[in-house]
Amino acid sequence: MPELNLTSAPAHLRHGSSIGQPLTRRDGVLKVKGQATYAADNHPPGLLFAVIAVSNIAHGRVTSLDVAAAKRHPGVVEVMTPDHKPPLAIDPEIKTNPFVFRMEVLQSNEVRYANQPIAVVIAETLEAATEGAVLLAPRYETLPALVGLDAGKSYVPPVVGVGNPTENHLGDVTAGLASADKQIDAIYETPAQYHNAMEPHAIVAHWNGDRLEIDMPTQGLMLSLARVAELFGIAHDKIHIRSPFLGGGFGSKGLMAGPPVLGIMAAKLVGKPVKLVLRREQMYGPVGHRAPTRQRLRIGADAEGRLTALDHHARTVSSTFDDFYEPAADASHTLYAAPAIRTSHDAVRVNTGTPLFMRAPGEATGSIALESAIDEMAWACGMDPLAFRLKNYAEVEPITGKPFSSKALRACYDQGAARFGWAKRSLQPRQMRDDAGLLVGWGMGTATFPALMFQAEARAVLRRDGSGAMEIGAHDMGQGAWTALAQIAADELGLDIERVEFKAGSSDLPDAGIAGGSAHTATAGAAIHSAGAAVIAKLADLATNDERSPLFGAGNAGVIARDGRLTRRDDESRSESYGEILARAGVAEVEARGTGAPNPAAMEQYAMHAHGAVFAEVKVDPELGQIRVTRMVGAFAAGRIVNPHLVRSQLFGGMIWGLSFALHEEAITDRRSGRIMNANLGEYHIPVNADVPPLDVITVEEHDPHVNALGIKGVGEIGITGSAGAVANAVWHATGVRVRRFPIRIEDLLTQR
Amino acid sequence: MKQFDYVRPATVAEAVAAAAQPGATYLAAGTNLLDLMKGNISRPDRLVDVTHLDGLDQIERLADGSLRIGALVSNADLAHDAEFAKTYPAVAEALLSGASAQLRNAATVGGNLLQRTRCAYFYDTASRCNKREAGSGCDARGGENRTHAVLGWSESCIATHPSDFCVPLLALDAIVEIEGRNGRREIALDELHRLPGHTPERETVLEPGDLILAVRLPPAARGFAAHARYLKVRERMSYAFAIVSAAAALRIEDGKVAEARLALGGVAAKPWRARAAEDVLRGVAPTADAFQEAAWRALADAKPSGDNSYKIELARRIVVRALTLAAAGTPARIPALPASPFASTSGAIHA
Amino acid sequence: MNHSISLTVNGARRDFVLDDPRVMLLDLLRERLHLTGTKKGCDRGQCGACTILVDGKRINSCLALAISHDGADILTIEGVARGDQLHPVQAAFIAHDGFQCGFCTPGQIMSAIGMMQEAQAGNDPERIRECMSGNLCRCGAYAGIVDAVLEAQAGVDETNQRRSA
Repeated sequence: MPELNLTSAPAHLRHGSSIGQPLTRRDGVLKVKGQATYAADNHPPGLLFAVIAVSNIAHGRVTSLDVAAAKRHPGVVEVMTPDHKPPLAIDPEIKTNPFVFRMEVLQSNEVRYANQPIAVVIAETLEAATEGAVLLAPRYETLPALVGLDAGKSYVPPVVGVGNPTENHLGDVTAGLASADKQIDAIYETPAQYHNAMEPHAIVAHWNGDRLEIDMPTQGLMLSLARVAELFGIAHDKIHIRSPFLGGGFGSKGLMAGPPVLGIMAAKLVGKPVKLVLRREQMYGPVGHRAPTRQRLRIGADAEGRLTALDHHARTVSSTFDDFYEPAADASHTLYAAPAIRTSHDAVRVNTGTPLFMRAPGEATGSIALESAIDEMAWACGMDPLAFRLKNYAEVEPITGKPFSSKALRACYDQGAARFGWAKRSLQPRQMRDDAGLLVGWGMGTATFPALMFQAEARAVLRRDGSGAMEIGAHDMGQGAWTALAQIAADELGLDIERVEFKAGSSDLPDAGIAGGSAHTATAGAAIHSAGAAVIAKLADLATNDERSPLFGAGNAGVIARDGRLTRRDDESRSESYGEILARAGVAEVEARGTGAPNPAAMEQYAMHAHGAVFAEVKVDPELGQIRVTRMVGAFAAGRIVNPHLVRSQLFGGMIWGLSFALHEEAITDRRSGRIMNANLGEYHIPVNADVPPLDVITVEEHDPHVNALGIKGVGEIGITGSAGAVANAVWHATGVRVRRFPIRIEDLLTQR
Repeated sequence: MKQFDYVRPATVAEAVAAAAQPGATYLAAGTNLLDLMKGNISRPDRLVDVTHLDGLDQIERLADGSLRIGALVSNADLAHDAEFAKTYPAVAEALLSGASAQLRNAATVGGNLLQRTRCAYFYDTASRCNKREAGSGCDARGGENRTHAVLGWSESCIATHPSDFCVPLLALDAIVEIEGRNGRREIALDELHRLPGHTPERETVLEPGDLILAVRLPPAARGFAAHARYLKVRERMSYAFAIVSAAAALRIEDGKVAEARLALGGVAAKPWRARAAEDVLRGVAPTADAFQEAAWRALADAKPSGDNSYKIELARRIVVRALTLAAAGTPARIPALPASPFASTSGAIHA
Repeated sequence: MNHSISLTVNGARRDFVLDDPRVMLLDLLRERLHLTGTKKGCDRGQCGACTILVDGKRINSCLALAISHDGADILTIEGVARGDQLHPVQAAFIAHDGFQCGFCTPGQIMSAIGMMQEAQAGNDPERIRECMSGNLCRCGAYAGIVDAVLEAQAGVDETNQRRSA
């Protein structure tokens, strides 16, 4: 792979302190010139095109495929079917670890959901492969499809999310509800949603002898590599995956799914490089989605508006063949100080591709229900929604009783409300109009997302020419890893960012873990931090043990690395450049590795979360029911901000996802066939530019000494939480109509004028 | 996409001859046809590319006061023609409320008239659809149909026509000029599209080989420039098809409605002219009560075809609003958000 | 049947023999000319990632048959900068963080350039938002995109003022 030519904006640089600087994206020039290479942009010589044929029934069996017709089409080279495919080393149905999901790679004729891959056509041109897939004209034995939240008998899954307990209890919820002065008991529904990254899932796979070259967007290079290795029975060091840029991921490119495996199989079958790109409609099945939920919230409050109990139950779905459960009710664990809390989940199985993590899994679905219910409770108590939330502010994490590692939520409420002008809000709904007569509503929601850490490793190098390198197989799906992690690397190496060669996005680099859980900057950053410290320590050893060095005798703890020099802490006049140290030691470079990992002791002691408060204004046409969000303010406390420029963008993006959750996104499944009827970007509505109002983000200062060495909490997902509820609550405040099924539709608001 | 023969005729006569063959279809910009071909809804054997034909991309003012719009004029070029927008503001507003700027730059006037329904069951080739495959059945009935037709539908088909452009054109009595195997003819736009009845596969009255050459707005259409609006309710602010839309045009003389024109979009298999509503407005003052009465007349025959009874009430309210906006006067410039209830110039809501 | 066509792509005339009339401009650019800056997001005219300028106008190249555009003058993202000198819209997208993942960015930039040439939106943020609504961005970089367009438009306005002064 050619080296990426990354740039930065030197005007913003302050030597020795890249962290915290609002650098523009170092990959910006590549991206605006169309030179950033996404997987489908690769064209190895001899490339063939593979197109998947997918099932258009949701349940049953493929009984025939017209392979001959496909092969007769000019340009078609091969048709891969369950009867004609290269063997895999293991059964793809075997779950070798909890991060392995079952996939369809032509292991049988069974159809478990609509849009499931059932064959692959490989051709000399994209046009031929595409038509070849149509000519297969599959016939089916169709079985009744399981559709919807009441598709069958419900059951209690063993865990939800990633290993979370299905149920949690604190205190006596029944007694708490019984003793309440005011109660609400409401059911909220959220639809199936699809990640719909702008970049469709793609792979260019090339078998070079026994070596496998892969270009593929992935949020988890090493997890993907390990899965490919076990499926194809080849050693890890025979596989190279390049993923320098992802055109968005949002969770759908985290784990190896069936389609890229089919691309690798196709390349093996034809003995040539193969490019396989999902068509947009094919992204509504085999690559995950956010499951629908139906959530019941029962909340009690006393006469002063203090919560007495919070009971949150979520029904969701999983596929008929694997398990992932949207942990929606868990959103009620951390935010509000109810003395009694119960969260529980159950599920039914439906004919769907297995649900998966989608930006803020659990928190997004749970938050819109919880924040709506809290708003309803505030209204029932006759209280301002912010005053009600402050009244029930959790000083310790309610469900565990642990103190927070840090929690600047009160400041988020204060600063957000002040910026928004919340104090002028009418308590009663349907009181505010603009000059044109449109109904105006103001709503708020509290945002929260756990501060997670995974495992990562980095390799740091200092060179005699005064430059450094930091290597880590990190992933940039738009959050800005190329920039933010390089900023951390520069500081940890004590170098100007221009002097650091930062390498990422490739599986031949140290494992950076997974870009998910809003934990990538924290985890990879921690690894970079420790690798940097380790290589500086080595360099310091060289200097402080060398009589010829002005640093001789200073000891490791006695030097500071800054601006490419080591300086005695107790005497700034005594310093030496990295190059001088290495030259005298006669070595070209020193290198060291470091790791980042969660701190179990701190996790045991503290609850770790980012927080925020989102305020939204909507306008609603009182007669026509169309809704427009006209203003949003989000104040977020997420620990240390590595790059405020990029953090703001991430939070904006999250807030737009929240807006979309409340007003737009919904996969519409035919209740009879189980087919998704809007599997496209024309009818599956995500916000367009005109839907997005002026947004305002405040990052509230927060120092967290416990979450990790750098104090980073992560901002990738928190923006959705709070925002969805804020918009929904604003719609209620504008109209007086409480809609509990999302997205809110025009017809929901036509009930009155 | 199925393999096809590509034909580029030099003249209209050659085009008609080439397209009259079974399996042939015209290609203009292709913004709808190529989409349908990619989805295998349309699988023509032959494409007759008319985009290189001369003389079909002109906007001409005729001596009698008519306007003749060539079939190959792009949606954007028409909407951005300053004289056109001033004279037929509701048409320009409708054009600019449709699709995206990119699609409007490509899409043609003739193509817009002939765009196919967005019914999801028509697009989903695994579903039964009488329109796509005559006699196969209609899976939209009993399916996910909250956006489907409330007027003029049949048990065979509940799809709607998606055009914005056609709605004000219909209100203004547009005429369609057609070249066919038997020469040239013209029909009212209202006669171009058919209601489904038992034959939803026959969407228009066009015969094989028929080529739309132009759309003509008659002289009387100029009389509504001062009071004409298009209003469109949709599920996002832009780049979405109408749930329901309406074009309202009034000629107001001495404080009374001398003549009213009203058409609805998104409610039927064709753009829907509401003549009964027009009739009750003639000669009365443009008041809220009169507009309410017109709205009731316009939707008198409406009935839900599924989970869409709300569209009837919504359509009534849109009619009232569109008439109110039209009565208030055409804005000097097309609003920043064309046809939107949030267009900055609305101001017609009674608090 | 082979068809000979000729296109001007980023200022250079290119003659091709097209072996298949089904090839869209987008796939011609990406898979045959290896000009991969133009992206395929939906292939159905629903996202705008494939936006290019054809004869000066922005269109969705996924819904444009190459063969029908014989003789057209095409500008793609690769032809926008002059060497290292970024187009003002490109520079403004970087300065205002008008993207995150970058996948929709070439289409956004081509659309913005096309929009500025259309001269319908001017410096009105509301009109810019509407006129840029044919380009979806899933990361949610819309605020930066609008700010970038405003800055680029301000540059154009300033130049025009200086010219007329």
